[in-house]
Amino acid sequence: MSRYAWAPGYTDDGDRPRIVTSRFQYEDGYTLDRSLATGGYVGLRAALGRTPSEVHDEVRSATVLGRGGAGFPAGTKWGLTPQGVWPRYLVVNGDESEPGTYKDRLLMERDPHQLIEGCLIASYAAGLSQCFLYIRGEMALAQERVAAALNEAYAAGYVGKNILGTNFSIDIVLHWGAGAYVVGEETALIESLEGNRGMPRLKPPFFPAAIGLYGKPTIVNNVETLSNLPWLLTNGAAAYTAIGTETSPGTRIIAVSGHVKRPGVYEIINGSTTFRDVIYGEEFCQGIRDGHELKAFIPGGGSAPWFLPDQIDLPFEAKMVGPAGSMLGSGAIMVMDETTDIPAMALTLVRFYAHESCGKCVPCREGGTWLMRIMERVVAGRGTQRDLDQMLEIGQSITPGQYPHAASERLGLAAAPFPFRMTTICFVGPSAYNAVDSALTLFPDEFQAKLMKRTSIPVTAVGADS
Amino acid sequence: MSRLNEANVILAKEIIGRYPKARSATIPLLHLSQQQNGYVTNEAMAQIAQLVGATSAEVLGTATFYEMFKFEPVGKYLVNICGTLSCALMGSETLLHHAEEKLGVKAGGTTEDGLFTLERAECQAACTEAPCLQVNYRYRYKVTTAELDELLDDLAAGRLDGEVPPHGTVARVRQHIPADKGVGAVHPDAVVAPPAWITEGAK
Ligand SMILES: Cc1cc2nc3c(=O)[nH]c(=O)nc-3n(C[C@H](O)[C@H](O)[C@H](O)COP(=O)(O)O)c2cc1C
Ligand code: SF4
Ligand code: FES
Repeated sequence: MSRYAWAPGYTDDGDRPRIVTSRFQYEDGYTLDRSLATGGYVGLRAALGRTPSEVHDEVRSATVLGRGGAGFPAGTKWGLTPQGVWPRYLVVNGDESEPGTYKDRLLMERDPHQLIEGCLIASYAAGLSQCFLYIRGEMALAQERVAAALNEAYAAGYVGKNILGTNFSIDIVLHWGAGAYVVGEETALIESLEGNRGMPRLKPPFFPAAIGLYGKPTIVNNVETLSNLPWLLTNGAAAYTAIGTETSPGTRIIAVSGHVKRPGVYEIINGSTTFRDVIYGEEFCQGIRDGHELKAFIPGGGSAPWFLPDQIDLPFEAKMVGPAGSMLGSGAIMVMDETTDIPAMALTLVRFYAHESCGKCVPCREGGTWLMRIMERVVAGRGTQRDLDQMLEIGQSITPGQYPHAASERLGLAAAPFPFRMTTICFVGPSAYNAVDSALTLFPDEFQAKLMKRTSIPVTAVGADS
Repeated sequence: MSRLNEANVILAKEIIGRYPKARSATIPLLHLSQQQNGYVTNEAMAQIAQLVGATSAEVLGTATFYEMFKFEPVGKYLVNICGTLSCALMGSETLLHHAEEKLGVKAGGTTEDGLFTLERAECQAACTEAPCLQVNYRYRYKVTTAELDELLDDLAAGRLDGEVPPHGTVARVRQHIPADKGVGAVHPDAVVAPPAWITEGAK
């Protein structure tokens, strides 16, 4: 049971610094009144008292790692816009739909003013002249909360023309999606915002910062990334980097789901907290559900290679999780105990990515569907060894060469770290294969056990004398 | 009838006015038409095309990409049961089968009385509250089969009318930018200079 009934899943009562979830404890944390009473828009005032480049430098020196999946520092990204090309836009990525991920929705539902303030700070620093806040279509409450907060903020002069009486003027436009995971990919997000099918754009250019919305320089940032900025501007980069580690400063929100005693959403200290801390820690998930033991866990959302229990002491630090064969992704930890039917559960992920393929690349569109069909057959007990081999072959057509996976002492496996090669435009194709690869590499016996038994059909060569 | 009514055309124009290019309003207007009619009709798409300066085929192309747009009537209540990993680990498959039995339709089907459409959905960003579902995009968390029965009964009896609007309505609160407060959208090619606060500093 959540201590804060109005924030489903937020059970976090640990004694740790809060950068982005500080208002989750208030039932009315989404209102302008509560926001202003608890330091809301103080960071914006601090920013407006300095030059845009000073604010940019402050964010750069804090190394705010992107929380959308790739972990690219926000300050560095803002610096990638070409000189002298205007206008520049801000697109906020609120499309949260990576399997296992639950944080941006809470940030939008519980503290929309913090996000709005973050958008304003980013726009001021990087000279962005209009902001589009793209919220996933299925999130009705988040859309309502952000719409109401924007209406309040416009009325009070925090957004729009001449903000707080200065020459800083910007519109923030709320935009809803309509249901498509791949639209979370930043170039697909831009296509969708232009009124098109949400298909990722060919790369290069690798960053919309060069060519983005309407062909103009565009910063795409995740909801959680931007929600860090008010605290950062209020308290300064030194206070921010004093939390967490040098390469992963601050905090991050994680969602832990699956077979733990207390699944939930937690704001953890970045870089130093380990997976053991969050899965077994008293202030977090308090261990695997009664009478069961850990079998495997996914450290960074449905697209991340799986870990076995021997990786549990790794910290939330990209520089360590990457070489171990997986990624931190979007802060989604999915925990499986020993009762888990691995092929059946892997199938749910394969089905997800096959279903969400936009169809632009053949290896993803066809390969994903094939993987799903074969997995369905295997899970139903009608698979053969040829099916398993076929899946590895399909994997080779999506990601030629070795695919990242974790080390396993039991299986005598060395970790295969990132990066991998890919034949597709975005990561949906590789992600469809990821679950198959992890499950098949780490739990080959469970697949063997499901293969069709032909023992009842005696194989006798024609004309053989008994 | 299935074109946008007068009030919605006014709203549509307000929405279009927020974007530097009208076509960006395509998805919001498709939502608006689905809110009015419960699904997206050909007439509505033709009208939206006119409003945003696209062809009907382009609007159809966009609309069909997205899961939420329906092109034929669906139930008053769209029940989406999440089937992705975190929910599957906590028994979503049982929940889906239970719903199929209770409603007498397979996932993807609509009940004969037109009240319910059942779908197997993908991750709803509520993974810690598994298994979860949405009815017309309103959440239910850690759902048991008994709670599912109760929910369906309540919906059928109209007891949740205040909380769950009919299919088509997503958010019930809309953004409105007052004319005197908004900056206004400018066509991207009409902007050639940096914003004032970049050249002059905030003042
Ligand atoms: C298939 C795919 C789906 C993605 N989905 C999301 C998403 O739902 N939300 C998000 O913020 N980023 C998502 N990303 C990452 C974005 O492309 C982008 O890196 C991110 O929004 C940048 O913001 P950040 O630098 O603040 O993290 C996705 C990427 C891929 C390849
Ligand atoms: S990898 Fe899949 S989802 Fe991504 S662009 Fe290619 S076809 Fe589309
Ligand atoms: S897996 Fe069901 S909500 Fe995420």
